[in-house]
Amino acid sequence: MQKIFSHPCSMIEDPLHYCPGCTHGIIHRLVAESIDELGIRERAVGVSSVGCSVCTYKYFRCDMFQASHGRAPAVATGAKRCRPELILFCYQGDGDLAAIGTSEIIHAANRGEKITCIFANNAVYGMTGGQMAPTTIPGQRTSTTPAGRRVSQDGFPLPMAEMLASLRTPGYVARVSMHAPSEIIRAKEIVRRAFLHQVEDRCFSFVECLSTCPTNWGLSPAESLKWIEREMLPYYPLGELKVPDGKTGDEDEHN
Amino acid sequence: MTRVLMKGNEAIAEAAIRAGCLHFFGYPITPQNEIPEYFSRRLPQVGGEYVQTESEVATSNMIFGAAGVGVRVMTSSSSPGISLMSEGISYLAGADLPVVIVNMMRAGPGLAGILPSQSDYAHATRGTAHGDFELTVLAPSSVQEAVDLTILSFQIAERYRVPVMLLGDGMIGQMMEPVEFPELEVGPPLAADDWALTGCRGREPRLVSSLYLDPVELNDKNYERYRRYALIRDKETRFDTYNCDGPYDVLLTAFGVMARVCMSAIDELAKEGIRVGLFRPITLNPFPEDACRSAIARAKRVLDVEMNMGQMLVDIRLAARGSHDIDFIGKCGGLTPSVEDVVERVRVHLAAIRAEER
Ligand SMILES: Cc1ncc(C[n+]2csc(CCOP(=O)(O)OP(=O)(O)O)c2C)c(N)n1
Ligand code: SF4
Repeated sequence: MQKIFSHPCSMIEDPLHYCPGCTHGIIHRLVAESIDELGIRERAVGVSSVGCSVCTYKYFRCDMFQASHGRAPAVATGAKRCRPELILFCYQGDGDLAAIGTSEIIHAANRGEKITCIFANNAVYGMTGGQMAPTTIPGQRTSTTPAGRRVSQDGFPLPMAEMLASLRTPGYVARVSMHAPSEIIRAKEIVRRAFLHQVEDRCFSFVECLSTCPTNWGLSPAESLKWIEREMLPYYPLGELKVPDGKTGDEDEHN
Repeated sequence: MTRVLMKGNEAIAEAAIRAGCLHFFGYPITPQNEIPEYFSRRLPQVGGEYVQTESEVATSNMIFGAAGVGVRVMTSSSSPGISLMSEGISYLAGADLPVVIVNMMRAGPGLAGILPSQSDYAHATRGTAHGDFELTVLAPSSVQEAVDLTILSFQIAERYRVPVMLLGDGMIGQMMEPVEFPELEVGPPLAADDWALTGCRGREPRLVSSLYLDPVELNDKNYERYRRYALIRDKETRFDTYNCDGPYDVLLTAFGVMARVCMSAIDELAKEGIRVGLFRPITLNPFPEDACRSAIARAKRVLDVEMNMGQMLVDIRLAARGSHDIDFIGKCGGLTPSVEDVVERVRVHLAAIRAEER
C-alpha cells in the first residue's frame, strides 16, 4: 500500500496551544509540509515572533530563534547574511509585522534579503486580547475600538503585500487565505514556491495568510471562516502580487 | 610587529578583523562613522559581510541573528543609537549571545551634541535595557588600549557568552596615535558548536531564545547568568594606577581619556614635589571596587574627574564606603575638564590638608 498522507516530519506531533478554530495551526502545517517537500529541514532556521505564534519554536522540528516583537526579519537577515547556506523563515502576526515591525519587513524586502516571511493576518492583536491592529477592518469592533474602527482616526487597513509588491527590488509577494479548503490547497503551493525562491537563491519571499481569530472576533470557528470571506477579502485580494522577473514557482519542475 | 599611526575608530575596526570578526552591522552616527566605513572597505577584502542597517533597532536584532548562528559579530554606534539598541541588547543578554558593541559616546541627553563626552557611563554600567542582566563594559584611554580591549572584548564575550561593550569617549575614536596589532591565531567563536543554530543535521533542533514562561526556570536561568557575571568579576576585572607606588595625599579617579588629562595634571604637580595618584578603572563593569577602595584608603582627599555630571562618582562613593567625601569636577556638552582645572582643585585640597594638619 502506498502512503499518500502523513504528519509532516518538520512539525511535532503534540497538540498545538491555539484556540479552537484558529487557523495559525493550518499555516504552520503548510510551512512544515513545504519544508518537508523541499527536503530542507536540516538547514532550515525559523524565527518565531511575538504574538500568539510566539511558541512556534516548539512546533517546528528545526533550529529556531525566538525574536523580539516585530524584528524577526532583522534576526533572519543577520543569520542569513552570515550563513547563506541556511534557509531562514520568519513567522509573524499582523501586530508584529504590520505595526511595530513595519520598518524591519520593508527594509528586508527592499534589500532583497533571501529569506521567507510568513505573515499571519488575523486583523487583530490576538495574544494581548484582541486590540485593533493596523490591519483591522473599518467598522470592526475590537477591545480598543469598541465602536468599530474609524478610518477618520485610524486610517484604512494596511496592505502589507501590496506595499511590498510595489518595491522595485525583485521579490516574491503573495496573499493567500485559510477560509476554505480550496484556498488552503492554493496557499500550500504558494508557500512552497516562496521557500523555493529562497532555496534557489533567487529573492526575498513573502506570503500574507488571512487567518482567523474566533476568540477575539467573538465568532464561532465556522462563522470566522465566513467572516474572512465577507469582511477581509474586499480589503485583501488574494493571489501572487509580484514574482521575480516574471518567474513563478510554476516554471520550476523541482520538488 | 610594526607600529602604524591610526585613528582610534579605524584601529578598533582593524583590531576586530584581526580578532576574527568578519561580520559587521551598523547605522551611521557621528562620531564613530569611521568604524562602519572601515568595515565596508575591508570586509569584502577578507571574505566578510557588511550590512548597513535601517536603524539601530534593526542592528541590535541583526547581530542577535548573526551571533545566534555562531559567527563573530560586532556593531558600533554612539549614544542615541545605543538607546535604540537597548531592545536587542536585553534580548542578546537573555539569549546568552556573545557580541561586541562599541559606543563612542557623544554629549547627551537627547540629540544634544556630537562632541565627545562620557555621558553614558550610567547607561552602560547599569544594564542599558530592561531585565536582570549586566553588560561587561571596557573603557580604553589610548588608541593602543582600544585595540587591545577590542580583542579582549571578543574573548570575554565568547568565554562567558555575554554581550560586551567597548565604551569610548568620542575623543578616543577621533585621535590618532601609533598602534601595534598583535599577531593572533583565530578560529571560530569559542564553543559555538555546542549551541549555535547551524541547521539540525545529525542532531536535535536547537533554540536561541530569551523566553522562559516557567518562573522557576527563568529564576534559575538568571541565577546561572549571574554566576557567570561573578566569574567575570573574579577573573576579568581590570584597572590601572598612575603615580600610586609611593605615598600620595590626593587621589584622582577618572576613566577613558579623562585619565590622560589627570596624568598630565599629576606630572605638572610632581614638578613641584606634590604627590598625587590616579586610579583608573578599565572594566567599568565589573567595577574594580576593592582596588579602588585600597587606593582611596591611602589618600587624604579624593577627586573624581569626568566628562559628565558625575556618573562614575556613584561607584567611587560605593567603593569608598563612606570613608571619604569624594570631590568632583565634571564638564559636559563636549567640554573637557582641563589640566589647569584639575591642578587648581588639587591645590585647594592640599591647602585644606595643610590647614587640618596645623
Ligand atoms: C515591545 C513590545 N511591545 C508590546 C508587546 C506586547 N504584545 C505581545 S503580543 C502582541 C500583539 C501580537 O499580535 P499579532 O502580531 O497580531 O499576533 P497574534 O497574537 O494575533 O497572532 C503585543 C502587542 C511586546 N511583547 N513587546
Ligand atoms: S487568540 Fe486568536 S490568534 Fe490567538 S490562538 Fe486564539 S484564536 Fe488564534
